[in-house]
Amino acid sequence: MNKKSFGSRIVAAPYIVWAAIFIIVPLVIVAYFAFTDANGAFALSNFAQIGKYKKAFGLSILYAVIATIITLFIAYPMAYFMTKLKISNQRMIMMLIMLPMWMNFLIRTYSWITILANTGLINKFLTWIGIGQVQLINTPGAVILGMVYDFIPYMILPIYTAMSKIDNSLLEAASDLGSNSWSRIRRVIMPLSLPGVISGITMVFVPSVSTFYISQKLGGNKDMLIGDAIEYLFNTGSQYYNVASTLSLILMVLILVCTLIMNRFSDDEEAVVL
Amino acid sequence: MTKQNIIELKDIFVSFGDEKVLDGLNLDIRDKEFITLLGPSGCGKTTTLRIIAGFLDADSGEVVFESKNINGVPSYKRQVNTIFQRYALFPHLNVYENVAFGLRVKKLKENEIKEIVTEMLHLVNLDGFEKRNISTLSGGQQQRVAIARAIANKPKVLLLDEPLAALDLKLRKDMQKELRRIQRQLGITFVFVTHDQEEALTMSDRVVVMNKGKIQQIGTPQDIYNEPENAFVADFIGESNILDGIMRDDFVAEFSGHVFDCLDKGFDKNENVDVVVRPEDVDIVAPEKGMLKGVVTSVDFLGVHYEIIVDIGGFKWMIQTTDECFVGDNVGLFIEPDAIHIMKKSEYSGLYGDYSTYSEEMEHLSDVESEDDDE
Repeated sequence: MNKKSFGSRIVAAPYIVWAAIFIIVPLVIVAYFAFTDANGAFALSNFAQIGKYKKAFGLSILYAVIATIITLFIAYPMAYFMTKLKISNQRMIMMLIMLPMWMNFLIRTYSWITILANTGLINKFLTWIGIGQVQLINTPGAVILGMVYDFIPYMILPIYTAMSKIDNSLLEAASDLGSNSWSRIRRVIMPLSLPGVISGITMVFVPSVSTFYISQKLGGNKDMLIGDAIEYLFNTGSQYYNVASTLSLILMVLILVCTLIMNRFSDDEEAVVL
Repeated sequence: MTKQNIIELKDIFVSFGDEKVLDGLNLDIRDKEFITLLGPSGCGKTTTLRIIAGFLDADSGEVVFESKNINGVPSYKRQVNTIFQRYALFPHLNVYENVAFGLRVKKLKENEIKEIVTEMLHLVNLDGFEKRNISTLSGGQQQRVAIARAIANKPKVLLLDEPLAALDLKLRKDMQKELRRIQRQLGITFVFVTHDQEEALTMSDRVVVMNKGKIQQIGTPQDIYNEPENAFVADFIGESNILDGIMRDDFVAEFSGHVFDCLDKGFDKNENVDVVVRPEDVDIVAPEKGMLKGVVTSVDFLGVHYEIIVDIGGFKWMIQTTDECFVGDNVGLFIEPDAIHIMKKSEYSGLYGDYSTYSEEMEHLSDVESEDDDE
């Protein structure tokens, strides 16, 4: 550890105060509520209740995992083909990917309702060609679609960044040593873009697992996710703050554990031989 | 020496936009030779190498490998390997896996791979470096890994793109010897690209001097140095005084207002020619004994010899001599017939070979410039 100068501490002070007020204090409050009962006395009774939310936790993780995997399988080839384009085209596609992110998240989710609804665009088309109406909205598929759509930019961007950093001479070297294009992808591009994949997975999985809005609008409240449960409890009344806080705390710990596992995986990968 | 050609480049043209990079290049590369493509930045030498490697397709022309046309054959199917200018080692693999890369692609058995990698690392003096991370190696060590990685595939031709440019002088000299040793030991063809004329002369069986996308001269280092074909070659390889002259007859040339005996023939009577006299081939004598007379305008002591500039009728000669001279001395120049080399006039006539603007500093600056990236 190097000693920090007095000046640098002064400069850092406002940020430390900011972090304390808006990050540390709320966390302490959440933890306080999680370990107390409605009267403010220390209690572990909240943890006894989480059994009721097992299904919500399970579904949240399942949906988030599926959404993350789908996102990865769409984003990875896309990022790869982007790096093969002319620089000007790369910029344009990047712009198109970012553009929906400037629009409100709620509006983007709403727009899917009008597309997927029983009288929506897709069903109108299916009816017109004679297939008839298909239940699209209020299904798990719609929820996962919503997650994939909303969070895919967070997967594409880090992967694209990692891939465009790969020196072209490495690909030439691989080709020179006998690698065809698939072998180049497997032996050079994949291992070198792995850090981007790891951060992409984290950035998609974390918001997916804790989302509540997408499932309500596109899932029709049929399957409650953990985010929905927390939101419902906080909205129902102050006597439920404690259980809601406990659920939040557990979700945070779950995410933390997932992230740690991910990072461990990416650290090891450098030593691991493909 | 009638060796078979392993690679033939026939009438190769390449342009990037409006810029002609290779302008009708014809080159035969013989089996098992050490051939060097030498030229200034942008002369097309790296492009030529990339065409042989298969990273680049020529606009027109033919690439022949062992008597078969390989136009359009992708680089991964060609029996050549490349050593890249900045080595291009895989950062995610250790030394062993870098060298094993091509062998794994070929799906060799693990024990065969181990045997070859060990042998290759031994060949480049990197025993015991197997587990090392690439980023912990010095430039010279990375260079050796790059060599081991390329030759592990047992290519018939090894292409080397300015592989020593990033090394310091001492290491460069060592690696020149190493590369020569490795080439002899493996008995394969090396195609070496450099802008360093000294490197080209010391290492090569044959040197190809290039400029502006065209081959200026192909020959042994001795041929290139002693019998340059035009003013560009004479100037690029070593130091040269290049003068306008007239061939009065076979073995008789006139320049600087004096008629000299020489060893060249086959020119028209009274043909205008370029005359090359190397600085080390001129003897400084007393003015009355000299064929030409002039005044010393600059003296530099370089250890082995003095490098002096002598003004003779407005043309400044560079002369290397072990006799001490002083600025302002009147001296005579004595030139033996075998010190004179006669060349046909070319597009380069009059551009090179006069030391009137010469200074050490300028020379140094222009060298730095030419070390910048090629193409």
